[in-house]
Amino acid sequence: METDFFCHEIETLSREKLENLQLQRLREIIASAIKTSFYNKRLAKVGIKSPEDIKSIADVRKIPFTTKDDLRQNFPTGLLAVDMSDIVRIHSSSGTTGIPTVIYFTKDDLNSWTELVARSIYATGARKGDIFQNMMSYGLFTGGLGLHYGAERIGMTVIPVGGGNTKRQLQLMKDFKTTVLHITPSYLLHIHESMESHGFNTSDLSLKKAFIGAEPHSENTRLKLEELYGIDAYNSYGLSELSGPGLAFECKYKAGMHVWEDAYILEVIDPETGKNVEDGQEGEIVLTNLIRKGNPMIRYRTRDLAYVLTDSCKCGRTHRRLSRILGRTDDMLIINGVNVFPSQIEEVVMRIPEVGTNYQIYVDKIGALDRLTVKVEIYSKMFTGEVKQLDALKKKIAEELRASITIHPLIELHEPGALPVFEGKAKRVVDVRPSF
Amino acid sequence: MKITQISVFLENRSGRMRQVCSVLGQNNINIRALTVAETESFGVLRIVVDKPAVAIDVLKKNGFTANITDVVVVEMQDKPGGLADILGILDENKINVEYMYAFLEKSADKAMVVFRFEHPEKAVKVLTDNNVTIAKDITV
Repeated sequence: METDFFCHEIETLSREKLENLQLQRLREIIASAIKTSFYNKRLAKVGIKSPEDIKSIADVRKIPFTTKDDLRQNFPTGLLAVDMSDIVRIHSSSGTTGIPTVIYFTKDDLNSWTELVARSIYATGARKGDIFQNMMSYGLFTGGLGLHYGAERIGMTVIPVGGGNTKRQLQLMKDFKTTVLHITPSYLLHIHESMESHGFNTSDLSLKKAFIGAEPHSENTRLKLEELYGIDAYNSYGLSELSGPGLAFECKYKAGMHVWEDAYILEVIDPETGKNVEDGQEGEIVLTNLIRKGNPMIRYRTRDLAYVLTDSCKCGRTHRRLSRILGRTDDMLIINGVNVFPSQIEEVVMRIPEVGTNYQIYVDKIGALDRLTVKVEIYSKMFTGEVKQLDALKKKIAEELRASITIHPLIELHEPGALPVFEGKAKRVVDVRPSF
Repeated sequence: MKITQISVFLENRSGRMRQVCSVLGQNNINIRALTVAETESFGVLRIVVDKPAVAIDVLKKNGFTANITDVVVVEMQDKPGGLADILGILDENKINVEYMYAFLEKSADKAMVVFRFEHPEKAVKVLTDNNVTIAKDITV
């Protein structure tokens, strides 16, 4: 199949031309950054006093990383490069731990962001004529409004329903024959589980695609969703510090997420040493925003772990692709000395057909030892009515997990819908071990 | 000959059993026999009701994880040794019982035993050949 592009020239630019464009835009961003109190000092320390001090794209590596902590310490205006009267929109991250972080957009910044989101949506094959139900929360979170304006720019019919209220979501999908969803994977799983109790089934729906994002998930979760609904599910990646969605998105080949490199400089580093690693090697994603002049963000440490795919994509785009997010540098659990990423557990539980649509990882301490409990909801349609089936299922999950993470977990079976669902991001890990 | 038993998966959560019974009660479904298979972290409620098709439907609509299983209900005299005789026949014919539970039929003064067999057809044949009465339905 031939690829149809939203912006043919930019999306297929040769690497050389792409890097030239990056260099030109990096200089513009440096010019903006110098106007902020935070970067002014930071850049001066490494000898960067004007955009001309950047000679090549590799010079970006001279600049120290920006961390979440930097953003908090410079809250609220330390990274603002323009007068507040030129800012037309503010977004903020939830700030689950402590001070929130804030992001500012000028009118031009919003426009460039919207173009990127539109390009991302277009790459999946969604078009004018599609009915787009946006189930991400609107408001300070970038996910809702970001996709909203991108979809409108393509000319899709947008239903700006936001998150929650499952019954209404299903009714809207049925009434307007929604073809494309934007949703978190955990909520999409949850809707399937509760569909019947709301009086709907999948034959009432006209879905073709779902953009799933805002929380890391495994390939098995994607496959499960595709099978449950008979749709194509596209992975996406973004974080509010870098303007949220439209940063990286899968194209119709669903073979990794294209990072729009005309708008971002993508680096992967070793989280311990801070040194850049080769493409193909796993590490922490570091990104520089090249298009947001009101609020520059240079070499931001995302704390997300992934790797850059080294083969080229069949779609013909030259922008490199990221693997799935494999975990976060700060979500790794250490259980009795063994490193475990929640994503490893998800990978296992989601490939077991008798497991339903939600699970939770629970860690506590019994005496001196850590104890890992994996709570899973069973898939009601697979329940035969026999106790021995459930006992066998528990054993199977425990054994498959042990093969993967080397720890033998306790398995708890729950009824569908019993584990907590957050109609935004799922809370998968509960760690109640006392901290020191 | 076979009677429909409904199994409901119940996680270890207080009030859950009551919710099952309330749903059945509100839909005018009568429970004729009941047992719970329990493990440390979950239970499976097994019930025989007067309107199984309606029961499974309302349970699923109310979010319960439930399924149906065929069981054999045997009628016997409510007297000492009644059950031992039936089990004797099964034993001699090498019929394996997976689980069983009993209830009383007050109108007929009979004891009824619900059996889950690995091979129900074979069990029914052996019991019938030995003049044991198999209940055809229990809707009364």
